[in-house]
Amino acid sequence: MSLSREQIAQRVAQEIKDGFYVNLGIGIPTLVANYIPSDIEIMLQSENGLLGMGGFPEEADLDADLINAGKQTVTAVDGAAFFSSADSFAMIRGGHVDLTVLGAFEVDQTGSIASWMIPGKLIKGMGGAMDLVAGAQNIIVTMTHANKRGESKILPECTLPLTGVACVKKVITDLAYMEIRDGAFHLLERAPGVTVEEIINLTDGELVVDGDIPEMSFNSQNGGS
Amino acid sequence: MSGLNKVVSNYAEALEGIADNMTVMVGGFGLCGIPEGLIDQVQLLGPTGLTCISNNAGVDGFGLGKWLEQRQIKTMIGSYVGENALFEELTLSGEMEVILTPQGTLAEKIRAGGAGIPAFFTATGFGTQVAEGKETREIDGRNYVLEPSFTADFSLIKAWKADTFGNLIYRHTARNFNPMMATAGTVTVAEVEEIVPAGELDPNAIHTPGIYVDRLIVGSFEKRIEQPTVASKGGTK
Repeated sequence: MSLSREQIAQRVAQEIKDGFYVNLGIGIPTLVANYIPSDIEIMLQSENGLLGMGGFPEEADLDADLINAGKQTVTAVDGAAFFSSADSFAMIRGGHVDLTVLGAFEVDQTGSIASWMIPGKLIKGMGGAMDLVAGAQNIIVTMTHANKRGESKILPECTLPLTGVACVKKVITDLAYMEIRDGAFHLLERAPGVTVEEIINLTDGELVVDGDIPEMSFNSQNGGS
Repeated sequence: MSGLNKVVSNYAEALEGIADNMTVMVGGFGLCGIPEGLIDQVQLLGPTGLTCISNNAGVDGFGLGKWLEQRQIKTMIGSYVGENALFEELTLSGEMEVILTPQGTLAEKIRAGGAGIPAFFTATGFGTQVAEGKETREIDGRNYVLEPSFTADFSLIKAWKADTFGNLIYRHTARNFNPMMATAGTVTVAEVEEIVPAGELDPNAIHTPGIYVDRLIVGSFEKRIEQPTVASKGGTK
């Protein structure tokens, strides 16, 4: 069985360590916030100028001056800080954010990522994605392994306009957890019930399968979905 | 003699001198922290051929959407502009040029412009469309793109509180691009929610020192929320 969006988020959350400052992108990455273990202390960075982003507010607390990078109203946790966009991207570009999680259309075996533009479709802009992939030391890309037509999005070389070159080291899809190094994807874990053969069949990029590949485990105490 | 007092009495005075073909920076992230009254006044005055530098381009009929309606923008420089239908129409028809810039690079181009730095190297965008036609350089084994900085004829910004000398304090995430734009405008106009006499704000709490601010006006703000999201209806938390 391939993972649901919530399960992908749950697996990503296991990579978040105590003391981390984390930037979560829009889509599946946003869901990761729901699965952060309660026994660790972390802060979420929102690139519009907030470190210490909390959950959504109650109706009575809606504040037009307090939004996230997706322009949704949010709250600030105790110990939060506000700052300018220049300071925010100094944190990001300067490598101070411990983990960035973002979505993508395609990722390739060199670690390049395409996530912001599909030629022929309306171009909205890259927002902060190019800065995030250029700056973060530790990037996890979440995506589906293949598109709706069953074509692989895990490629030898990205076909869409790039967001960043040779920057992604970890990819968590609905089928697999892979690391990118030495010009190839390395299969680390597979989704429960998914075979290595299924993953190989849906991976167009070079995939290294070394020994027995364990299934992902979801035994965290916060595992609700 | 007005000395260091930056307060003007009306919007006409606040935007005196704005003209066709100028470069204008407008603060805000989405609709958060935008100078609503100044945007309306530019719509009223009607200068055209503007180069507008702003992270976003408003929504249909609000914020910079109003300048789009009147075809006042010739070139739009921003990082994410997909929130209004008219924008798409003007782009596709070729009536308006759009220069997409990564958000952090945009913020730094403005910061650098205000700080007297003509250009800087950044890894952001290397190997992508953003770097096409730009100088690149390898420094200590990593590749960087040379990004020229930005300045403007007018910077229109929004702050929360000001004193009469133009010292500014922003509120929450409404700060965003406003502090850098304040430094990068030949004429910087700040629209704020409240002005107090100089000396009443704690000097330790000032975000933008008054030296950057030329004109100051109290505005009235609708503060429209683009994506109102509450705990009970939101997907997360």
